[in-house]
Amino acid sequence: MESYLSLFETYDVPAAFWVNIQLSFWSAIWALALGTVLALFRISPILSLQWFGAAYVNIFRNTPLTIILAFGFLGLFSVMQISLADDLNLSLFRIAIVGLSLYHAAFVCEAIRSGVNTVPLGQAEAARAIGLGFLPAARLIILPQAFRGAIAPLGNVLIALIKNSTVAAAGSVAAESSSLMKTMIEFRSDLVIPIFLTFALGFVILVIPIGLLTTWASRKLAVAR
Amino acid sequence: MTPEPQPTGPSTPAGPLVRLKNVNKHFGELHVLRDINLEVSRGEVVVVIGPSGSGKSTLCRAINRLETIDDGEITIDGKVLPAEGQGLAKLRADVGMVFQSFNLFAHKSILENVTLGPMKVKGMKGAAAKELAMSLLSRVGVENQAQKLPAQLSGGQQQRVAIARALAMQPKVMLFDEPTSALDPEMITEVLDAMVLLAKEGMTMIVVTHEMGFARKAADRVIFMADGEIMEQATPEEFFTNPQTDRAKDFLGKILAH
Repeated sequence: MESYLSLFETYDVPAAFWVNIQLSFWSAIWALALGTVLALFRISPILSLQWFGAAYVNIFRNTPLTIILAFGFLGLFSVMQISLADDLNLSLFRIAIVGLSLYHAAFVCEAIRSGVNTVPLGQAEAARAIGLGFLPAARLIILPQAFRGAIAPLGNVLIALIKNSTVAAAGSVAAESSSLMKTMIEFRSDLVIPIFLTFALGFVILVIPIGLLTTWASRKLAVAR
Repeated sequence: MTPEPQPTGPSTPAGPLVRLKNVNKHFGELHVLRDINLEVSRGEVVVVIGPSGSGKSTLCRAINRLETIDDGEITIDGKVLPAEGQGLAKLRADVGMVFQSFNLFAHKSILENVTLGPMKVKGMKGAAAKELAMSLLSRVGVENQAQKLPAQLSGGQQQRVAIARALAMQPKVMLFDEPTSALDPEMITEVLDAMVLLAKEGMTMIVVTHEMGFARKAADRVIFMADGEIMEQATPEEFFTNPQTDRAKDFLGKILAH
């Protein structure tokens, strides 16, 4: 027990989790914004935008996240010398956020599209009938209802995103939790199982409230019809 | 020689308000609108009846382009209905539509349902839009429901709100696509009463309905459709007492049997 507790003096576990929380937070915001735009593309009346949205989703949804994040580090950063900050670690952190956002935007798009499917066609027809164009109708009538219908699937995307933030290790974000776990196991092979359980439990604690919150919110905010 | 005084200003040019010329539409193999020609004058109330599948709803929905047409031309107040874009949105704002399934915006209050169009399409100020909305809601008798959500109202109340929402755009013509077909029997009258009132006030109306009582009471003209064609048109008196075609006789025989 004592040797287990001494781990926390040697290694800053909360700080590592904090990196994952930050990665998840910023990626969630960007993925939500980009995913919403993609969903708009997919439901828009313009064929080329529909096509772009579908192509994006199919490419990013079907590419392993590890490859996307490794490409961010090896391709964008090392080979193409694209840097998003003067500080090396900050730059890698931001590139990981870009990768996570691009990947999860595809899932956000599909979650919102499933929400759009919960909105009856008559809502769009009524919006058009009073003279709203596509964008105002989407903004005022369709998307507000679609988001409420998409809370549960969006929650699932967020849960996946938080856990997937550990893949940032593939993008050389060394401060995040799975990288720290690897280091700890390397130096304290006597405590492999407790170390595993610590990190597993940490993520469970992070993720459970999100599941509870989205279940509650999707009931609370459901559109009465 | 002095010019004759014009009875109509530039905003109300002469000619029919709604005009369909050789309109055709197919759903796949099915020819749902066959060479439709129809003119509706200002202030006229036209009731469209016919068996289900006769194309009457499609006709109604084509007039504000919720259904596209294959060929022919539809003009509203002299302007050809554009295919898409801002022009279409602008023209739709002049054409009120009441649906069978009400289609009130489910996430907005009754008041917001009515103020949304004037504010977001016409740029009306909030206070003015609210005043307009409340006067329309009281005209259809649901002003005390203004703060509720659509799902909290009965079908009849929802449909009256839908009428108020369409009227808030101050449309030139109102389309009604089977407005009472989804209602419980005891709620049909309250909606028809609101429509009769509107007809008496001189609104131009195109009404697809199965309510023969409404046709008799409020229509200037009855149009009978079958198989995508306008089979006959006449005043309600003439049509109900002396239908010309066999299809119309057959149809009236079936619906007026009880």
